[in-house]
Amino acid sequence: MNQIYTLRVNGEDRVVRDAWVGESLLYVLRERLGLMGSKGACEQGECGSCSVLVDDELVCGCLVLAASATGQQIVTIEGIAPVGSPSDVQQAFVDAGAVQCGFCTPGLIMATHALLDRSPEPTEYEIREELSGNVCRCTGYGRIIDAVQRVSVSRRASAEVTS
Amino acid sequence: MSVTVAYTLDDALASLSADPSAIVLAGGTDLMVAVNSGHRRAGSIVCVKRVSELRSWRHDPDAGTLRIGAAMTYSELMEDPLASFAPALAQAARTVGSPQIRNAATIGGNIGTASPAGDGLPVLSALEAVVHLASTSGRRDVAFADFAIAPKRTVLQPGELITGVTIPVLSGFQGYSKVGVRNAMVIATASACLVVDPVGRSVRLALGSVGPVILRAPEAEAIASAAIDFEANTIAPDAIRAFGDAAGAAARPIDDHRSSAAYRRRAVEVLARRLITRACPSITGEFS
Repeated sequence: MNQIYTLRVNGEDRVVRDAWVGESLLYVLRERLGLMGSKGACEQGECGSCSVLVDDELVCGCLVLAASATGQQIVTIEGIAPVGSPSDVQQAFVDAGAVQCGFCTPGLIMATHALLDRSPEPTEYEIREELSGNVCRCTGYGRIIDAVQRVSVSRRASAEVTS
Repeated sequence: MSVTVAYTLDDALASLSADPSAIVLAGGTDLMVAVNSGHRRAGSIVCVKRVSELRSWRHDPDAGTLRIGAAMTYSELMEDPLASFAPALAQAARTVGSPQIRNAATIGGNIGTASPAGDGLPVLSALEAVVHLASTSGRRDVAFADFAIAPKRTVLQPGELITGVTIPVLSGFQGYSKVGVRNAMVIATASACLVVDPVGRSVRLALGSVGPVILRAPEAEAIASAAIDFEANTIAPDAIRAFGDAAGAAARPIDDHRSSAAYRRRAVEVLARRLITRACPSITGEFS
């Protein structure tokens, strides 16, 4: 049996029709709503490439039952910044060379925003622990950690200028 | 198939009563893996993660207890004030999955899934927690030790929901330790929780991933209870070895795709020694 339900994604109400109600949020975002930024790889919460925010909590979209997320605020990578004007985290990933094949990048960008919102000046150890749910097979993580630290430094510098 | 999102306990229980075969969905970190892989074709699902009664906790200073709602997440258990009331539970929470998993996964889900490798479970065992259950026909409490009867099998009846768990707030050392193939995103190959209660003069040791359910190690507990000087917080070094050996002897591990029985038994010996050494920090030497 199918249920029609509405999800609030990136500030917009999106009606989901003709979907099997056992579908994950990741599947619905990609296959029903055309939001291809969140990636699907393991579909068991191991790789983090489907990371999204649900009511401000970073979660794996593949482990959220889409039909259970009605009434919640969902933010995907498409909601982080408009195309052509990257967020500071996205720009830092580019500048630091933290993007190689790019498949893990959307999830890592989501996780990095969540990390820096929670802890603006994380230690390297903290970065490694907080990003431990996002698997990257290309970079070896060094440049990802560098990118996170660049954002932390530049945000502190701009906060000092404006204060 | 239908999905019901419950917002109150009464709604959740009514939905489960109407369809006792319905599957309870909390954080989804176990259930959705099974659904995604096609291993579980769910009928009705009742989502309880937003039930306010299950999203709360209460510290009772007079009784010296902490009641934790079933839908509290591991991320919440890692943070103060809950972490200060239940330090071992906070330590165990930090070893669960990743931030993404800990933001979703709940203590009630861990209890209900009843995996021998559940990270919160050795802590609940060592703290002798009480599990609270409810259905439309009433409420009941079950001692944690009686709740799981086999891997992924519990005494939970159709129509019944785990509403929370109550643990004592203790003053002494408590710690959780785990062996796995990496520091994150890992299912325990073996785990242990040690609780020292200086007021009750008791020591409790629970072992995970080394039996069909969480195991206690009563012989090891007796050795440590007799050997610890609860005033000075010290223990004789020879008792540490005996404690570890008794912990290993209490394990009932199996060989499987994650590890061998022999490795798991050895691992709990080491974990038990490490934990008792942390509990009695004046000890120095090979176990510290």
